Formats: sequence, C-alpha cells, structure tokens
Amino acid sequence: MPDLIAKPALGLAPVTYGAVTLAEAAWTSVHSLAPFPGGEAGVNAALAPLGLGFPAPNSWTAGKDGAQIVWTGRAQAFLIGARPPADIPAAITDQSDAWVTLHLMGPQAREVLARLVPLDLRGAKAGQAARSGLNHTPLILMVEGPEAFRLMTFRSMARTAWHELTNAMEICAARRA
Amino acid sequence: MRIDGKGRVDRTRPVTFTFDGTAYAGYRGDTLASALLANDVRLFGRSFKYHRPRGLLTAGAEEPNALVEVVGPANVTPNTRATVQEIFEGLVARSQNRWPSLGFDLMEVNDLAAPFLSAGFYYKTFMWPRRLWEGLYEPLIRRAAGLGRLSGRHDEGTYEKAWAFCDLLVVGAGPAGLMAALTAGRAGADVILADDSSEPGGRLLSLDPVPDWLAGVLGELESLPNVRIMPRTTVTGAYDNGTYGALERVGLHRKTRPALPRECFWRIVARRAILAAGALERQIAFPNNDRPGIMLASALQTYLNRYGVVPGKAVTFFANNDSARDVARSMIAAGVPVTAIIDSREDAPDEPGTIVHRGAVVVGARGRLGLREITLRKGSTETRIATDCLGISGGWNPTLHLTCHMNGRPRWSDDLAAFVPSDGAIPGLITAGAANGTFSTHGCLAAGAEAARRSLEALGLKAPELALPEAEDRPYRIAPLWAVPGKGRAWLDFANDVTTKDVTLSAQEGFRSVEHMKRYTTQGMAPDQGKNSNVAALAVLADVTGRAIPETGTTTFRPPFTPVSIAAMGAGGRAEGFAPQRFLTSDQASRDRAAPMIEAGLWYRPSYFPKPGETTWREACDREVAMVRSTVGVTDVSTLGKIDIQGPDAGRFLDFVYTNTFSTLPVGKVRYGLMLREDGHVLDDGTTARLGEDHWLMTTTTAAAGLVMRHMEFVHQAFCADWKVRFISVTEAWAQFAVAGPLARDLLTSALGRAPGLAFMGCGPVTIQGVEGRLFRISFSGEEGYEIAVPTRYGEALFRDLVARAETMGGGPYGMEALNVLRIEKGFITHAEIHGRTTAFDVGMAQMVSAKKDCIGKAAAARPGMMGSEREQLVGLKPLTDSPITAGAHLFAQGADLTRPNSAGYVTSVGYSPTLASWLGLAFLKNGRARHGETIRLVDRLRGVDVLCLVTDPVFHDPQGEKLRA
Repeated sequence: MPDLIAKPALGLAPVTYGAVTLAEAAWTSVHSLAPFPGGEAGVNAALAPLGLGFPAPNSWTAGKDGAQIVWTGRAQAFLIGARPPADIPAAITDQSDAWVTLHLMGPQAREVLARLVPLDLRGAKAGQAARSGLNHTPLILMVEGPEAFRLMTFRSMARTAWHELTNAMEICAARRA
Repeated sequence: MRIDGKGRVDRTRPVTFTFDGTAYAGYRGDTLASALLANDVRLFGRSFKYHRPRGLLTAGAEEPNALVEVVGPANVTPNTRATVQEIFEGLVARSQNRWPSLGFDLMEVNDLAAPFLSAGFYYKTFMWPRRLWEGLYEPLIRRAAGLGRLSGRHDEGTYEKAWAFCDLLVVGAGPAGLMAALTAGRAGADVILADDSSEPGGRLLSLDPVPDWLAGVLGELESLPNVRIMPRTTVTGAYDNGTYGALERVGLHRKTRPALPRECFWRIVARRAILAAGALERQIAFPNNDRPGIMLASALQTYLNRYGVVPGKAVTFFANNDSARDVARSMIAAGVPVTAIIDSREDAPDEPGTIVHRGAVVVGARGRLGLREITLRKGSTETRIATDCLGISGGWNPTLHLTCHMNGRPRWSDDLAAFVPSDGAIPGLITAGAANGTFSTHGCLAAGAEAARRSLEALGLKAPELALPEAEDRPYRIAPLWAVPGKGRAWLDFANDVTTKDVTLSAQEGFRSVEHMKRYTTQGMAPDQGKNSNVAALAVLADVTGRAIPETGTTTFRPPFTPVSIAAMGAGGRAEGFAPQRFLTSDQASRDRAAPMIEAGLWYRPSYFPKPGETTWREACDREVAMVRSTVGVTDVSTLGKIDIQGPDAGRFLDFVYTNTFSTLPVGKVRYGLMLREDGHVLDDGTTARLGEDHWLMTTTTAAAGLVMRHMEFVHQAFCADWKVRFISVTEAWAQFAVAGPLARDLLTSALGRAPGLAFMGCGPVTIQGVEGRLFRISFSGEEGYEIAVPTRYGEALFRDLVARAETMGGGPYGMEALNVLRIEKGFITHAEIHGRTTAFDVGMAQMVSAKKDCIGKAAAARPGMMGSEREQLVGLKPLTDSPITAGAHLFAQGADLTRPNSAGYVTSVGYSPTLASWLGLAFLKNGRARHGETIRLVDRLRGVDVLCLVTDPVFHDPQGEKLRA
C-alpha cells in the first residue's frame, strides 16, 4: 500500500441536466498496446485468454473479468481493466493516469455530444469507438449504448472537458425548457 | 393598420415592445416590421450614405432598409433586420445611423450634397494629402456613412455551435421543400428541413387563404421520427463534402433566459441536399423609388395575409408581370381600396375592382417621410395619383445563392428574365421549385417531389407514391423592365445607396466589367449582399454598355447567404474558452502558496512562490535562484513532453531523428539530443533515456511536445514505416519533479529512504513511498539535479512531500522565473534560442551532428550559408554597468550608426543573476564565438535601453560542469 495519496483527475460528483448525466469514472488500469510489424497473430494469441483480440478500427470489445480493448489508432489499441499479457509482440505503455474517463448517459446524450464532437452518432451502437475531438481536447469515444457514451480525454485537460460538457448539457436542457 | 380577421398572429397573446423609446403593442407571431406597420410606423431607418428616410422594402431576410439595433440586457445587436426579428414582451429596438432622431436627421444634408457624392467620390476626393486618410478622412466618412454601431463591449451572451447529420437536407419549407421533405420522410430517409422563418410554409403562409393541406403535411412531417424540422434556421453556406453552414435563431425571439443560446451555428453534413429556397421579388428603379411606403408587392401580400397588416389606406401597384394581381385581389377582398395597377405591359389583362393603366410606368414619387403621391407616365402624358402605398413587382429572382458557393455560375433565362441555377453546381445538391425558376405552386410541389425522388434514388431508397395537393398552375408572364428613365435618382441598391446613375457613371469611367462596377459603386456590398439589386444593376450596366445580360455576367455569391454573427461561429471561444487549459497535479499546492500562474503550451505553471515580505517578483525569483544554488529546490516539470519509444529498431530510429547517436547509449543512461527539421534548422532539444534494451523515453520541450510527436509520426510513416518501432505519448501518464541543488541528493535520500545512487546522466526504476516510479539524474539548473517521475495520480502527494522535505533543509519550491534565470546562468537554450531560424551551428552544437550517420535535416544543414562566420552565433552578454538589459534588443558595434543594416545580432533571453550579481543575456551575434571579450552596444529603442555589454561564452556558471557531476 503506497504512502502517497492517489487523487482522481477531477474528484467531482456526477451532474445531471435535464435527462443527461455526466460522471467521472473510477480509476482503472489502461495500457496502450501497439503490435510490432508482423506481430498481429501473436498479439491475438496473447489476448485470447482475456477473451479479447486486437480490435477492428472504430470498435471496442469486452472480454473476461471486465477486460476491454478499444481501437485508438493505426496499429494501436488500449487494453482497459486488465494487466497486459507477458510475452506479447507489442509495445506496451501504462496509460492509466494519462486519461480521464467520463460517462455521459441519458436520452439527450447524443444531443450534448453534437455540440462538441464532429461525429455522426445517429446509429450509434454499443461496441463502436472513435478517436476524435471533444471540442478542442483529444477524445477516445466508446459507445456503450444509444444513450450511453464513455469519453476519454487527457487528464490535464479534464477540467476543460468537464466544463465544456456541462455547458453543452446546460444549453440542451435550456433549449427544452 | 391591422385588418380584423386577417393574419396568422395570435390575437389572444398581445406583446408590448419599444422602438426608439416609444412603446407599441403587437401580437405573438409578429415581426418587428409587421408590428410597427400595424402601428402605422412607416419610417424604419436612414440610408447608408445620403441618410434618406427609408421604410420597409420587403417582408423577409433580404430586407435592405429596416436595419435596427436590438438592445438586450448584456448586449446591443446592430443591423438586425426588422423583418426577421420577432417581437417579444419587453423587446427594445432602436433605429440606427441617424442623429439626433430618425424623423429629423441632421446628416440628411448629405442628400442635398448628392451631386458631389456620386460613386467614386471618396476615391477621387480624399486621395491627397495621403497622410490625412487614416487620421481624418476615414474616421469622418465612417461617422457619416454607416450602419449600426458595435457596443464596444464583449458580447457575453450564450452562443452555441453544433453538428448535425442527415441523409437529405432540404433548404426551405415552402411548397417545393415540403413535398421534398414529405417524400423523403415517407421513404424513411433522415431528413433535416431547415427554414429561415418562425413557421414552416414559405410563401404558402402569404396566400389567402392558406391552403387546407398545409396543416396536414406539417402534422405528418412532425410525426415522422426521421424528419427534423429546424425553424428559424438559415442555411448560409455550401461547403465541401456535403457540409452546409446554418444559423439558427434560438433565443433571439424571446426574453434572455439563462443558458439559452442566442444563436446556434450549425454544421450540417448531408449525403444529399435539395435547395428549395424560393425566389425573391425584385423592384423596378424609378426616380425616388425609395420613399417609405413603396415596397414589394409580395411583401404587401405577406403583411396582409400572414400578419393582418396593411401599410396604407389606398394601395397602388406597379408591375411588369401578373404576380401583383393576386396581391391586389387580396387587398380588395380585405376591403382595402386599390387605387390602380400600373402595368408596363401593353397587353396586360384587366383587373376587376380597380383600374389598370397598361403600358404605363411610374416616373416619380413624393413624400419624404412617407409616400403621398406617385406620377405615372403613359406615352407622353403624366398623371399624378394620390396614394400612400405602392406595391412593386419587377419579376422574380430565384434564390440560387447557395449554388454559387463553390464557384458555380448561374445561367440566364430569357423566358423568366432571371438567372437560374446551373445543374450540378454543388455536388449532391438539386435545386427545386421557385429557386430553380418554377414559379407556379403546382410546379413547385411537383418539382419538390421529383427532387426528392432523385435524391432518394442516389441514397438507395425507394420513393413512395405521393398525391400532390391541388394548386394553381398559372404560367409566368413577364416583360422585363429594370429601370424607368426620368429626372432624379432611381435607386438600385437601397442598402448602399447606389442609383442607376452610379452604374452609368461607372461604365462611363471605364469600369464596365460587372466586377469593377460592383467595386466602384459598392453595389451589392452592403449587409443584404445585393439580394435586392444585383440583377437590376447588371441589367442597367448591360444596357449602358450595349451588351446582353448573359454577356455582362453576374458577380459571385459567396457565403454567408445572410449575415452570421462572429459570436455564433466562435461560440464558446471567448476568453478562457479559446483554448483548453492544462493543469499540473501540483496546481493546487502552488496556488495554496499564492504562486501566480503563467500559461505555457496550454499548461498553467507557477511563476514564483512569494514569501511574506517580498514585494516584487524579482525578490522571490532572486531568493529561489539562490536557494537552488545553495540548498535545494523543487519544481514541477511534468509539462515536458514524454514519448515512450519501443522496439528492436528504436535505437536506429532515434539515430535517424536526432543529430547525435543514441543506439550506443547503455541501458540506464540518459543522453542530451538535438533534433532538426528537414530544412536543417533546429526543431527541438531534450534528453532521451534508455530504460531497457528496446525501450526508450524521450523528453521534449513543453511547447514543442506535440510538434515533435507529429514530426516523429511523419518520419516513421514517410521514411521507415516497416521498422520495428512503436511510440506513444506518455506525457500525461507521469508527474515529474526536478529536485536541484547541492542538497538534492540528501532530499532524495530522505524521500526514498535510501541514497539515489545514480551518476550524472543515469536513470533507473525507483520505489518511492510504495509507488513505482522513475528516477533520472539530469539537470537544467547546473546544480546536481534529479527528476523523479510517478504515475500522475500520485503527483500532488509527491510534490507536497518533496517541498515539505526541502523546506526542512532550507530549500523549497521554485517557479518558472527562477528556472529561467538558472538556465541562463548555465547557458542552456530554450525555444527563445531555437526559435525556428537557428541551426545547430548557430547554437554552438555543430559537433553534435554526427559525421558517422545520416539524420533528418543533416543534408539541408550543410547547405551554403547554414554555417560560417556570416551566421549569427550564440553568445553570452554581460552589461558593463549595473543596468538592466532586454530581450529583443539589437546589437551594434560601438560607434556604428543605429540603422537596420548595422544590426549585428539580437538578444533572445535575459535575466538578473543573483549568483553573479549581474544582468545576463543570451544573444545571437554575427561571428559571435570569435568575438568573446569584445564590447558591443545593446540597444532597445522600444524600451529605451542603450547599454555596453561584454561578449562572453554563453555558459556563465560552473563552465566545467563540476557541480552537476558532483
């Protein structure tokens, strides 16, 4: 048990405007995983015990015991909630503290995202993912359902992301009032 | 005057508002224009140049005259079109461009001076003396000529930007747009139906009666989940890849409410689009045709049937086509006397209930503040008719502007005497209905359905059968008439005060091209962008230059179609919203110590940590520098870019991007590296540690972190994509703190519970208070220095811990100011020195460009002129007297004239060194390395600094590096 106190990126309570709620996710381990050229088969084999494979572009999948993997770019994925397997032919870095994870939920969640994210989310389905922007902060978007989205952005920019999201939520609620 | 029983305004919902301080009443559903007309207000504004009294010309977004200021609690919005602004309880509006009042405007004297103020007047008159232009002429002219004024304050209202996506965007909810949306909606396509009015229906809402089927169609569209109706939304521009800009008036028609945006700027991405924006009626130019009370016949129709308002007691019409007849019939049916219809066509039909003057034209109008009388001429006979309202119809121009936004050119149709859009001008966009030159209601309905069918086919959807509602299908009969010759000025462009004479003058003076005419006369350059005048102006130009209209051509319509406020386009970007803010884990701890923050690379970093009794930043900075030099200091360096590089080819890759060799670096060691751009100039510097055989960690400067990452991605993807190397930013994953000073080792021993045991430029894993971290022995201060990194979530705790330990040892935190002085004392460079125009040679690191291997930028750095005595080279400066020096100052040889060619270099960084009790500077000096020991004159004319300095080596402190290797 470390003597240093761990702090969340924001440490804020969830907020709700109208029918949308924004919440900061609890800390979880996140590792980047970048297969070396020719290492794809080896990566898939190494991930198999977790119930995962290297994800297709713009997708994420859930495996065993809460392990998840999300595509984050060309030859790059983030493994969430599981220790990366040993002897995997890929470059691994610990990204757990580099990102803040937010959950945006509710019937108007897409309306809120339409203010900040330049993606067509009309047919958003669980399992989709995208590397994009949340206004001007970087974004990894994971669709958990038509009304539930997981957003990951740089930890240092968490306050800006939170401000912009709550601002958009407030505006969407005011438009409906 | 309000007509009982007419109009769609809600008579059960009265609304009060003020205009120029007078309270008026209207109804919900009224625009400011219709409500004021109902109160018999005819005067709405003053013209741009001559300050002529002006009334309404139109009932829509194209209005050139009735521009007003809307005064809100927090902002004043100038140039608001009264025809667009809906009234709400408590609305405050006022007229603009007049003094002292709208009815009595002293600047109307300009109108008397009109003979001198023709087109080109300013260009010709204020040419000399040239120096008076900026200071005298321009401010004077701007005062006299103009539109609304900005408040001069920040617009703190709420604005919004948003994205929308659809299969089919339908622009305009008139008959064509409604049928298009209905057809596509029934087929299951995702449809956005955008309309600029408060209520969909387009010109159908101006008919008497409004067709029964309209409510049914709107009801069905509203019930379809795949159809999104966007009222009050003007599509303002067509851009690449099916992207359209649109401005929605969200809160402008109601009282300000917290968080409710005033406007939203939409970026709509549509797979297909249908432009069904209708057509704009045009006027006919004749002398004094701008008198208040003269307006478009279609506007009269809208005011009567949609708002139940008639702007006069006896209405007269002047037309060259049949469309004014419907308006006349509506007027007669509503009990408003129609004095006469003046029809320029010899074969014009009769009209029951009024007199038709065939083959006649209006040649004059009287009534300065409101029309009283017109003069008509038939053959050689002139007759005066008393009338307070004249409706004009000079034909219709299809609203094709959007089709020109990607350089498409419209086509002239002789039958319609109008430009019509060219097919395929915007990829994926079809024009339908009046916007395409189809002017009957039936034709519009059919065209809308057909455009939807074609769009659905392209989308791979099947169009359903659709029975079109019954509607009139009369042919459009027009005999072109643009301007009536006669004495006096006949207005073309009301908004910019351009007359037929100005266009003629332009042609006479050689500005015969339509583009030249536009710029010479300013026709079409006002907020209405010539919607009411372009075609007529070029028809007049064609006439005076003896060319046909298609040969004369038209100017280009560019986005936006109607004005878009910058506040909407930049929504959320005001003040701190301009850029994301990045906060360190130590942020709160620094603020707790009252450290002022400065922004660097979006990060907020502490400048210095003031202590009680310190009154200036210099005192704090001097103390912190002395502290690091004598005990120990702690500073947060997490902002430096950190790039994790892995793979068997990682060393090879580093050799390629860095000038010096890294592949030979042993594991557990750190090396300083220099990176060049492809053009041979320095891109960045930093250190890279070898954490394992195939595992490296690069550190970049704060500001260039993203730049270096991008550069490396480029190099990898463009030159060596097949190499076994992978890299990713881990900047955000680690909180990293520099611990520097003679007691740095003691501090770390206390924090780690063991001696760090690292030689200079060593690195290795470390466990600190139960947390796995990394320790580097590197120094940016010249003292024995360490950097310790832990996962970011432990950053704040570690910072507080390290600072507390430092304080027990006589040390403490230090900020950016001290950090800067420390590195200047040591001659370490930052982006002040590697600013993009300096080479490795310039900064004294030519020997770091390895001769044994190639690297990015090496060849370019060897070009002639990139090294040699003619280059400005990095030197140190020390003033001979005890006086401050400044960065940005230039260097001159003693006795040389202070002229630009004599500048021998410039100063990049300065600071006061408490260690050496002197100001110190880093500078680039021509052939500087050979000039150590010389005296040079430092001059900063902006800040009045003129000091003699000694040229030295850039390393002032511990030149042998004994302290950092201790």
